[in-house]
Amino acid sequence: MGDSEGRVALVTGGSRGIGRAMARALGASGHRVAVNYTSNEAAAKEVVTEIESGGGRALAFQADVGDETEVKGLFSAVEEAFGAPLVLVNNAGITRDRLLLRMSADDFDRVIETNLRSVFLCTKSALRGMLKARWGRVISIASVAGILGNPGQANYAASKAGMIGFSKSVAKEVGSRGITINVVAPGYIETDLTADLSDEIKRQAVESTSLGRFGQAGEVAGVVDFLASETASYITGQVISVDGGLAL
Amino acid sequence: MDRSQVSERLTGVLVSELGLDESKIKDDAHFEEDLDVDSLGVVELLMALEDEFDVKIPDEEAESIVTVGQAVDLVHQKLS
Repeated sequence: MGDSEGRVALVTGGSRGIGRAMARALGASGHRVAVNYTSNEAAAKEVVTEIESGGGRALAFQADVGDETEVKGLFSAVEEAFGAPLVLVNNAGITRDRLLLRMSADDFDRVIETNLRSVFLCTKSALRGMLKARWGRVISIASVAGILGNPGQANYAASKAGMIGFSKSVAKEVGSRGITINVVAPGYIETDLTADLSDEIKRQAVESTSLGRFGQAGEVAGVVDFLASETASYITGQVISVDGGLAL
Repeated sequence: MDRSQVSERLTGVLVSELGLDESKIKDDAHFEEDLDVDSLGVVELLMALEDEFDVKIPDEEAESIVTVGQAVDLVHQKLS
């Protein structure tokens, strides 16, 4: 059961892709996992079943985490069912890729709202319980795009870079209370999001990594599970790239 | 609940939650300057008061609280 002591872990956007792998990893290490989803209830229930079949505890919670009222409702529901989350994984994210000259203000706003505003809203809500417990872990999932930039992703890269500045600031605010705030920046990971890339882009992506391959969602989840643990207690305000040596 | 009862319970929270010396807790005591409570500590105190008195203190009202007396007044006003 690891050292998690049955702490409650909330994973936003936990029904698919990397979020799903992180929810499963946190469940396997003994957390009670709140799997948040926006629309895909069936997928979220599958994750819950997977965690339960491994002997863990999990529940699915629907909420749009870019919306303040829904985030308040989400935290109330999780607290009622499980207790206050002491591990928060800010993973929910969308893309609206376009060259900047073709990008609408709506494309920009929607990505910022889902990817970055959600981090603000959820972290703020989670800190309350964490301050009381004098213990907490906030892990936000950014992207190498937020560090290196990526053509066609000015909105997405801005949201991910925003997470980094946000996390470093909050790490300084709450560090004295035993709460750590970190960022994980995945590179090319095999998910629904990258499945749509053209073969040419995929070939270039593989060539640009030192390890010569795409990463697996589980390889990101392992890092998140570590950062959520007691073992990672002296790591805060950091950006950990999990990119197969892309940014070298 | 009258003001002195609020003050008494609030003092109890300050002692139990923030570990403050009861003899230093006076209405005109400034949290940061006199009681050595940092800005996050004031936020934590107000959260504890919300639970203790079952009231809601919005962020914009919380920002103006810098002394013990102001905290007592705010809670007293919320309860009456």
